[in-house]
Amino acid sequence: MAIDYLPLLILVITAMIFAAIAIITPTIFGPKRDNTQKKQPYESGMIPFHDARRRFSVKYFLVAMLFLLFDIEVIFLYPWAVVLRDLRWLAMAPMVFFLAVLIVGLLYEWKKGALDWGE
Amino acid sequence: MSLPEMSALFPTLQEVIFVLFALLIAVTSLIAAMAPNLFHNALGLVATLFGIAGIYFMLEAEFVGVSQILVYIGAIATLITFAIMLTRGMMFGRTSAMNRQGLAGAIISGLFFVVLLGIVFQVPWPNVVADITDGEALIANLGALFVSTYLLPFELLALLLLVALTGALLLARDR
Repeated sequence: MAIDYLPLLILVITAMIFAAIAIITPTIFGPKRDNTQKKQPYESGMIPFHDARRRFSVKYFLVAMLFLLFDIEVIFLYPWAVVLRDLRWLAMAPMVFFLAVLIVGLLYEWKKGALDWGE
Repeated sequence: MSLPEMSALFPTLQEVIFVLFALLIAVTSLIAAMAPNLFHNALGLVATLFGIAGIYFMLEAEFVGVSQILVYIGAIATLITFAIMLTRGMMFGRTSAMNRQGLAGAIISGLFFVVLLGIVFQVPWPNVVADITDGEALIANLGALFVSTYLLPFELLALLLLVALTGALLLARDR
């Protein structure tokens, strides 16, 4: 039943309200004494040396696309995992083949150096 | 007034949640279409997709809802944000939500709205509760079908994903 998900919805709404309070309260009550150093983005103690708004490398796009494809794969693992216990090898064998095909793709991109981040 | 009559005056919990989701979808899709900053458009779209996932859950389509959150909010939203960050002109300043096709777009979407309105009021919608299997059993059915009746399409899908993978590699290579 859809109503079973009500606790989930309540959790989401609570999280949103909590986040909103955590942002709004300091904006209203917190002291605002700005200086240049405080306005700098915090980057784990490193001093920012460049504007963050620059063009990103196209490699990130490739990573996002690969993530999308493997995400779709996960979607199919989910109903499969529910029936695995009942069907056993009948379910295991097709998924092994399914994953094998995708692993071929993974090996291909590995060989092509798409996962290589060195310059 | 008897108790059933009383309860008819108040909206049910489902109705309240539906209206909240519908409002969320309406407002955020307007942000997605109208906000002057392209990045805000993308964020609006993410919130719209989230609202639609909520509607799927209300329709007892849990698997579609989960897919929506995992694939659309998880991956496609990331892809869209990356596409924006990769495009020099879009990352800076304001972009116009309008172009020269604005008038044609308005006419077409207006006509489409009329068609939808016609469908909503003309079609005799059945007013009975459909016999829906419980969510978990439904997903188990789906999993069983993947490895039996739809085995071939399922394995072909792996091939499709493989083709998409190599295609992505070919398109987005740096050199």
